[in-house]
Amino acid sequence: MTGLVRRFVTLASLLLAWQLIVWVTGVPGYILPGPLSVAGAFATHAGTLAQHATVTIIEILAGLLLGALLGFSSALSLSSFHTVRRWLLPVLVVSQALPVFALAPILMLWLGYGMVSKIAMAVLIIYFPVTAACFDGLRHTPNGWLELAATMGASPRNLLRSVRLPAALPAAASGMRVATAVAPIGAVVGEWVGSSAGLGYLMLHANGRMQIDLMFAALVTLAAFALALYFSVDHLLKHALPWHRQTLLDNENEQEIPHDV
Amino acid sequence: MTATPPPGVRVHITRLAYPGHTVFEELKLQLAAGQCTCLLGRNGSGKSSLLRALAKLLGERVCELHVECSDDLPLAGRVAYMAQEDLLLPWLDVLENTTLGYRLRDRSHTRPAVVQRATQLLQDVGLAAFAHASPAELSGGMRQRAALARTLMEDQPVVLMDEPFSALDAITRLELQNLAARLLDRRTTLLITHDPLEALRLGDAVYTLDGQPAKLSAPLRPTGRAPRPPGDAQLLSLQGRLLTQLGAGA
Repeated sequence: MTGLVRRFVTLASLLLAWQLIVWVTGVPGYILPGPLSVAGAFATHAGTLAQHATVTIIEILAGLLLGALLGFSSALSLSSFHTVRRWLLPVLVVSQALPVFALAPILMLWLGYGMVSKIAMAVLIIYFPVTAACFDGLRHTPNGWLELAATMGASPRNLLRSVRLPAALPAAASGMRVATAVAPIGAVVGEWVGSSAGLGYLMLHANGRMQIDLMFAALVTLAAFALALYFSVDHLLKHALPWHRQTLLDNENEQEIPHDV
Repeated sequence: MTATPPPGVRVHITRLAYPGHTVFEELKLQLAAGQCTCLLGRNGSGKSSLLRALAKLLGERVCELHVECSDDLPLAGRVAYMAQEDLLLPWLDVLENTTLGYRLRDRSHTRPAVVQRATQLLQDVGLAAFAHASPAELSGGMRQRAALARTLMEDQPVVLMDEPFSALDAITRLELQNLAARLLDRRTTLLITHDPLEALRLGDAVYTLDGQPAKLSAPLRPTGRAPRPPGDAQLLSLQGRLLTQLGAGA
């Protein structure tokens, strides 16, 4: 509860400072609109914002889902098949030398100006962190568990299903958190390079027409969604891995004591 | 417990070596049928390696080993293993951890007979009320009791234990020794420990392991049935001898 109050106070004072700067310096609205005019833009352009936000949200969610599925299955095959590991792993590592942003124009060329190229962009940006985290988790099952399972005569399939997969979940969850944080970047970069809908498009468009208040409104919408997405995914993961949450919370509690004193 | 009597096990290690470090050469050990053999040694004396070799956890490149059972059946598949850490899986509850072997072999862990026996074993180790608790809710002693129930659930005639109580406080350790002695009775057990008192309380034959490559001492055979009382005069004098054998206070 005190945490919530603290966050509210922080937000309110930041907004107040922003409005004060605008008032005191008298910057014109097309350079820096105050929070009040941004709020006004929210009211007048609510329909436009909602319409473009829907597009971006669908792109982000689809990219996240596909990227996670793809990353997870890649990690699974990397850890299960020696041949796959030998052939695919170097390719994966080398592929990371290519800046994903530089690929955006090519994706537009191949997949068109619609949603598909933006989803592909988000998938590309997510794929590597998810794969790396899951693969790492699958490789680093604690030795004691593996040995115990070996003395019990575990079948490889049951070992994977009942020990190695659940043991990899906390690492996979970290990968998912990173993916959730970067997925919006993928979608918006895709929209910047070429599109006719989405918050990224709206921002560029508003910027070009000096509607800076609308641009800020789009930016706030995007940030709010990205935050909401991150916290929902984080919450979901904590619930899915209760044994891991316990250890995480313990650490947080330990760290919080000095703050509250 | 299975109807057939537990086998005696004759172990002959011709060589056990890690790169650049020979642990054993020509080591012979006899595990008497239905009795508890204790192996006592300092850290790094190779006692855990011996147990891991028996549990088939060391590759053939590390260890050349011949094992014969008194009933001429192979040892493989008749061994239950209990390690120093409890190795409970945090995403399973205590009961599910107890039936882990069944889950990993053929997913028969939900069969009523299996669940019933696991419930009985948890009652035996005093964890009946915690069957559906998560391992994180248990104390160190309780966790090790759950591990003991899981080991017994395997219902194997041969039990290998690697310092199973070494992480516990002295009183909890004594309690768990009593429990283990009672529940492991009539199984062929190899217990590795660095605690002379523990070896003498539980072991029918106590060996020390020393040197490089390590050699076995002649066994001490404390009289009476395990668990022997910790204040017993015989035990205390034998404990002195063991400590001298291990090189303390010499």
